[in-house]
Parts: sequence; structure tokens; C-alpha cells
Amino acid sequence: MFADLPLLSLVVWLPIFGGVAVLLSGDKGDANGVRVLSLVISIATFVLSLGLYTGFDSSTAAMQFVEKTAWIPAFDINYHFGVDGFSMPLIILTTFTTILVVIAGWEVIKKRPSQYLAAFLIMEGLMVAVFAALDAVFFYIFWEAMLVPMFILIGVWGGERRVYATIKFFIYTFIGSVFMLVALIYMYFKGGSFAILDMHMLKLTMNEQLLIFFAFLAAFAVKVPMWPVHTWLPDAHVEAPTGGSVILAAIMLKIGGYGFIRFSLPITPDAAHALDWLIILMSLVAVVYIGFVALVQKDMKKLVAYSSIAHMGFVTLGLFVVFQIWENPANASSSGAALAVEGAMIQMISHGFISGAMFLMIGVLYDRMHTREISAYGGVVHSMPIFAAFAVFFAMSNAGLPGTSGFVGEFMVILASFQANFWYAFLAALTLILGAAYTLWMVKRVFYGAIANENVRALQDINSRELTIMTVLAVAVLVLGLWPAPVIEVMHTSVESLLQHMSVSKL
Amino acid sequence: MTFESLNIAIALPEVFLLTMACLVLVVDVFLPQTKRNFTYVLTQLTLIITFALVLSNQTDARVLAFNDLFVQDAMADVLKLFILMVSFGVFVYSREYLIARDIFKGEFYVLGLFSILGMMLMVSANNLLMLYLGLELLSLCLYALVAFSDSRQRQGSGNASEAAMKYFVLGAIASGMLLYGMSILYGLSGSLALSDIALAVMESSKADNAQHIGMIFGLVFIVVALAFKLGAVPFHMWVPDVYHGSPTAVTALIATAPKLAGFAMLMRLMVEALGGLQADWQQMIIVISILSMAVGNIFAIAQTNIKRMLAYSTISHVGFILLGILAGTSAGYSSAMFYTISYAFMSLGGFGIIMLLARQGFEADNISDLTGLNQRSPWFAFIMMILMLSMAGVPPTVGFWAKLAVLSAVVDIDMVWMAIVAVFFSIIGIFYYLRIIKVMYFDEAVDTQPLECGRDMQIALSTNGLAILALGLYPAALMSLCVSVFN
Repeated sequence: MFADLPLLSLVVWLPIFGGVAVLLSGDKGDANGVRVLSLVISIATFVLSLGLYTGFDSSTAAMQFVEKTAWIPAFDINYHFGVDGFSMPLIILTTFTTILVVIAGWEVIKKRPSQYLAAFLIMEGLMVAVFAALDAVFFYIFWEAMLVPMFILIGVWGGERRVYATIKFFIYTFIGSVFMLVALIYMYFKGGSFAILDMHMLKLTMNEQLLIFFAFLAAFAVKVPMWPVHTWLPDAHVEAPTGGSVILAAIMLKIGGYGFIRFSLPITPDAAHALDWLIILMSLVAVVYIGFVALVQKDMKKLVAYSSIAHMGFVTLGLFVVFQIWENPANASSSGAALAVEGAMIQMISHGFISGAMFLMIGVLYDRMHTREISAYGGVVHSMPIFAAFAVFFAMSNAGLPGTSGFVGEFMVILASFQANFWYAFLAALTLILGAAYTLWMVKRVFYGAIANENVRALQDINSRELTIMTVLAVAVLVLGLWPAPVIEVMHTSVESLLQHMSVSKL
Repeated sequence: MTFESLNIAIALPEVFLLTMACLVLVVDVFLPQTKRNFTYVLTQLTLIITFALVLSNQTDARVLAFNDLFVQDAMADVLKLFILMVSFGVFVYSREYLIARDIFKGEFYVLGLFSILGMMLMVSANNLLMLYLGLELLSLCLYALVAFSDSRQRQGSGNASEAAMKYFVLGAIASGMLLYGMSILYGLSGSLALSDIALAVMESSKADNAQHIGMIFGLVFIVVALAFKLGAVPFHMWVPDVYHGSPTAVTALIATAPKLAGFAMLMRLMVEALGGLQADWQQMIIVISILSMAVGNIFAIAQTNIKRMLAYSTISHVGFILLGILAGTSAGYSSAMFYTISYAFMSLGGFGIIMLLARQGFEADNISDLTGLNQRSPWFAFIMMILMLSMAGVPPTVGFWAKLAVLSAVVDIDMVWMAIVAVFFSIIGIFYYLRIIKVMYFDEAVDTQPLECGRDMQIALSTNGLAILALGLYPAALMSLCVSVFN
């Protein structure tokens, strides 16, 4: 149905131009106008992006829906879009989450709603473009540009310490990415092309690979974020408005993981192999240590932010444990490597849903009580029974309960890690205990027990708008948890192709 | 020498500009203050016609005139067009500012026109003498312009006089350095023509003769003088004071078009005349460039006055421009040119916003004066945000491409470390640009009155801001223009 359309360009530019239109319509009149307009644009974008799924051919690892036009001939930079099994699910996740975010801010955002909604729409287009870009400079442009709307979102609609948080967010990410830019320019002169797929083929010496690997690591580790460069995330999350937190957790962190898949692993396989112990170490620290840190948080948002870091540890673990699976002679013929990478991908998508849901839940409470302190709550179940049911469900999936999507990715990664080293799997599996501990303990303190104070007693249960969001997310979490096969199938060929690239030395 | 050999038609735009500048000078004397607008219109008309003349005069070939004193080539044409465009913008932005300050005088326009003439002569110089004359014409006009508000505006407490004095004294020292360096080159080569000097330099570096050392001796003085004029560290002391002390209209003039002329001077002297000494000047420029990026970006953080902040930001941008030059390749020169042109437009817009904010008897040059601009005038806040992001080099603005171009030029000559140093300092730089955005967007406005200005200013500022964005989305045209100049 969409065969003749430049689908990726549409999915990128529709929300961007739509966002500009929302921005121009201004805040003078009735705010409902811009809200409806934003909702229509975000739904239209989502519907268009579904065309990527229906038209996707999962039997090939080649890029699909490719659009390529010369953009800056002087540097051989092209307007070059295309998707494979890695980027396509993440694009749909992006367009899906944006709808929820637009709905979530419906009547909550009273201050300049047109600018708020426009920032999300523009950011949506930029994030889709990051996933779809196949030219390194093109990628970099969207990668950087996407910071600006988020910077403004946190800074304008954020909490008390928003200025500190947003500047920290921007500078951290910027520091990481400029070194990547130098690496990209270097490879351009080395190989004569900015096309990412050409860089996959580029021969590099070990020294070059190590330097380029670290340049990429600086960019992607900050974005994921990996311990020890994670400190911007709790600050940004705590200060960001609900919608900003959702996008940050659900999509922006994924861009870091996606960067490893698209750049680090295929471009510098030998350096990645040589340094896989470092990444695995950082991932395990994130899973275990950050899990403990989450346990002691007093602020709900901070707790979920730390749990995000711990969950993203599984993504990096899954991606880098591959080399050690191969090294272990016991499983020469097994498919453990594919399991690890697919587990990482599923974990990213699932975390998109679950962390989005967790932040939306905190948003629901915050809109009513204007505090995120766990100690300010207690016994919420008495006044908000429906909401409490959803909360328990999402908390369970955050803790990795089988049957929810949170279980699938973590289980796959743990299973694959067993083939590399028992202790990796053991440490990673600790998350099942830790995750349950910090999430369920938070739920217990917030939702159960005696009613803490009069404010809690006066709480209204969720309205139909909030109910819709929660239901949609709950269905998504359940479907992905019970039947992940379609998603795995979509990415399988691309995973094989990535593993192929990783297994061939470039030296 | 026959009249034909003067080839006077080549210099038609300059001749026209000179005639018109004299005409404006005379006409203005007979105008009452109420009719001062006529001077303004006449000045702008002059710039437009000169622009058209340059455009119609364009040639691909390299043509000499005035006994080889004057050259017209692709670089000269392009730079002149942009100098005229940027100056036009400065005059548009400054009109209301000058009226509000009671300094809407003919002198501003006459001196402005003469300084533009000086820039055009620098751009087209093919001889040390010509270069020096152009530079002095430019500088003397600017010295006078910096000072010209103080006699009427007492509450300025002599800031402008101090700035003018500083500018003049340091500028004179730099001119002296330049002259000394030039005299050494003249003594060694026996000629003032750039091409003859280039030949002599080649000759001197071939054999291991003593002349080579002499050439380098001259080179040092020339590099120092150029660094002075461009405001590169460690010869940058005058920049913040002059930017701060001058009326903003004059600061805008100093900060924009003369950078283009300065780039031309660099190209004419360092590349055309002393290209043979590239290995020697490269080392000096590396040091100057790194220092400029470091000092510019670090000192800018501490500023509370936005004009001073932009002054330090200029210093850091000069460091980036030098980065392209020191690559010593045609890709490097074109990237430096691209950078200079984009910088001129960014800084034009930045000072435009400052002039917009200024009101009767109130100079809005503190960063805090931008507080809550998004509430007052969201559109201008948006433009200022684009300008700041562009200066910081964040895509999708033209500033990103400028940085990308110079970085790739140095990576191309295997100086990856230099690129890493440059991005490191640009990270530091991002902080103070973000602070402007923070003040405009995150802080609550004290004064919620929207900014008011004429239609001409609105259109010009919007075009300026959108051009920065449009060039960021589609930089290919400007980029290939810059590349074609050096092919």
C-alpha cells in the first residue's frame, strides 16, 4: 500500500513540519486546538510508520525503504535513509510513544502548550531520523539536533532544579558526541565515504580501531547511559516533565544501544572484541550496583531512573557478551550469540514500554499530589483502586515477571551469558531479585498500608484519558511478553548479518 | 603607462562606492536632522548598486588593474558580495538604534561607507601598498566610529572614548608591526607586488641561503600584525573592550564585515605572497589558533555583558578560522572562508538582537536583559536561539557545517589531535551559548512588554535567522561556492 511513497521521509518530516505548524499556531486561542492538532499529527505519523512494518521483508538484512539523494556533494554527504531489522522496531516504538506523550500532557501542561507539544513532535521526527539515517554525518546532525528540544523541554517545563539538570544533560551528551564526529571525519578520509554501510567494510588497524571505539563509546555510553557516566540521567529524569521523562527513558536511551549496534560493533569489531571485558564489567556494575542504588531512593522518579540504568545494562551486556560466547569452545555450534543480541533488542523495546509506563504512573500521582517523595504516599490503593492495579502490573513487569515483556529480554540475555561465563549470568540474574526488591518495595510503600494523609484520601482515580494510556501500554507489555516471536523474526536476519560483521576481523 | 593599462573598469564598484561616499558626505551637510533618513536611504542604495556592479563584473579569470596593484579574482568577488550584504544588514539593524540614541548622524554612514571601501580594497589588493592602504582606510574609519557617540552621550562615562583610544593605540602598533614586516619583505625581494614576493620566497627556500632567515623574520612581524587585526590570542586584549565600549551599531560593524576582509588579508599575505613559508607559519598559527580557542571559550564563560561575551566568542571563532588556514590545502582555505562567511552572518544577527533589545537611553547589553525573551517575543527568542546554537556548532545550523569543514580540513592533513583539541574547546564553548538560551527560555520575564521595532528590522532579522537555519539544512550551495573559489 505504501510502496510508492518515500515512507521514511514522511515519517521524519511529517512530525517536524507538523510541530512547526503547532508552534506557529501559538497559544493565543484555545489550547484544545493545538492539542488535537498534535494528536492528529502523532497518530498519522504512527500509522505511516506501521507501513514500515507491513512492507518489511524480514528475509533480508539489506536496508529497505532506501532513499538516497546527493545532499552536499562537496563532502559526498547524502540524504540517505533506510531501515533494517534493528531500526524498524525502534522507529515504531518512537512513533507509538509520542502519541502517549501527547495524550499524557493533555490538560496537565498549562504553560505554553503549543511550544510543549511542538517540541515533542519535532523531537519525534529527529529521533526517527536518527534511527533511519544511513549517512554518518546525516546521522550526527539528527543525533545532535535532537538534544535541543529535550534541552528546552526540561528547562522550561521541568522541576525546581531544571536548569542544572538540563545543562548537565546537554553538556554530557555533547561531550560524548563531538569525539564521535572526529572519528567519523577520520573514517571519511580513510575510506572516502560517509555512508555507514561503507564504514562497516572499512579496513582499520588495531590502533585506529581502539581510538575510534573509544570515540564511539564516549558518545553511546553517555546516551545509554552506562555506569560511570550515568549521573546526568537521574537529574534529568527527576526534573523533566512527565512526557520528557517518558521520551528520555523510552527512546533516547535506546539510541545509545542502537549506536553500539550500528557503529561500534560492525565498524570496530576487533577493538570491541579486545575490550569486551570492559563493557561487560561496566554493564554488570550497572545491573548490580545501580540496582542497590535504586533500592535506597526516596524519590520515585529517581528510583525508576536508576532502574532504567540497570535495565539498560542488559542491553550492553547482551551486545558484548557475544565475543565470549564464541570464544567458549563448548558452544561452537550454538546460537547463543544471536540469542544475546536479540535479547538486547527485545530488552530495549520492552524497556521502552515499561519505563514509559512507570514514568507515566509517577506522572499521574505527581499531577495530583505535586510530590514524588515515596514517604508522602501510602495506601493509595484505597482511593485509586484501578490505578493501583495497573501500578502493580507495571511494577511486576519492571521486576521481570514471566509473561510480561520485561522477562523475555532479560531471560534471553541471561541464558546467552551462561554460554560465556557462569558468573556473568549469575550476576546478571541478581537483577531478578534486586529489581523485584526495589520496585515492589516502592509499590508497597506507595500503594499499600494505611492511608498516609488526607491528601491521599482525597485522591481521584484515573480518568478515561489516563486509563487509555495505561491500557494501551499494558496490552503492549503483555503481547510482547507472551508472544515476542514476530519482533524477533523481524530482526533475525539483521542480527545474523551483524554477527557476521562482528566475527570477521578487520585487521 | 597608458590609460588602458589602468584597466579602470575592473575597479568600477570601488570607484562608484568612493564617488557615492563623497556624495553622501556633501549631501548630508545640507540636510536638516529631520531629513536624515535621506542619508540612510542613499547609503543603502549605494550598497545595493555596488553589489549589483560587483555581481555584473564577476569573472572567472584573474584580472589585474592599476598597474597590477589591484586584482579581481573569484575570491575577491565572493568576499566583496558578502561584505556588502553584511554591511547592508548592519545599517538596517542600526537605524532605529541610532535614532533612539540621538546619534542618527551622517558621519556614521560616511565613515561606514569609507570603511567598506577600505575592506573592498583589502580584498582586491595585489600589492603590499594596496593592502596597507585598504587596511588603514578601514581602521581609521572604525577608530572614529567607535568614539563618535561619546560627545553626545554623557552617561556613557567615556566608555567609548576609552575603547576608541585603546583600539587606536593597539591598532597603530599592529600597523607598525605590519609595516616593519612588509619593509623586510621588500628589502629581501625588492618588490611590493605579492607575486614577486612569492617568487623571492620560493627562491630563498630553494638554496640554503641567508635570505630564508630574513624572510622568516619578516613573516613573524606579519603574523603578529595579522593576529592583532583579527583579534587572535595573545594579541586579543583590545577586542572585549572595544566591543563593549562602542555603540552596538559600531560593534556590529566591527564584528562582521571586517572579518571577511581580514580573511582576505590572511589569504593574500600568507598564502599568495608567503605560501612558500607555509611550513614556518603553520607552526605559529597552530599556537595562535589553539590559544584563541582556549582563551576565547574559557573567558567567555565569566562574562555578564553579552557584548563582551560575543567578543570572546569572536576570539574563539577566529581560532577556528585559523584552523582552516593552517591546513594549507585548498580544502582548508575554502573551509576557512565558509566559516568566516557564516560567522559574519551569525554575529550580524547576534548584534541585531542586542540592538533590538536596546531602548531609549538604555543599553541592553547585559545577559540578564535577555531574561524571559521567549515570553516577550517568542519569535525573536527563537531567532536568537538559532544564532546561539549556530555559534556553538549544533546542527542543523550553518555553524555546524563550518566547524565540520574546518575539522575535516585538519583531519585531512593528519592532524587529528588538532581536531580533538578544537572539539574539546567547543565543548567548553557550548556552555555560555546555552546560558543565553537558558536566560531567554527558562527564566521568568521581569518585563513582559513585547519588543517593538520597525517592519524593516523584523524582516531583516527574520531573514538573517532563517538563513542560518536554511544554510544549515542545505549548505551545499555556499559550500560549493567556497570550494570553487580555491580550485
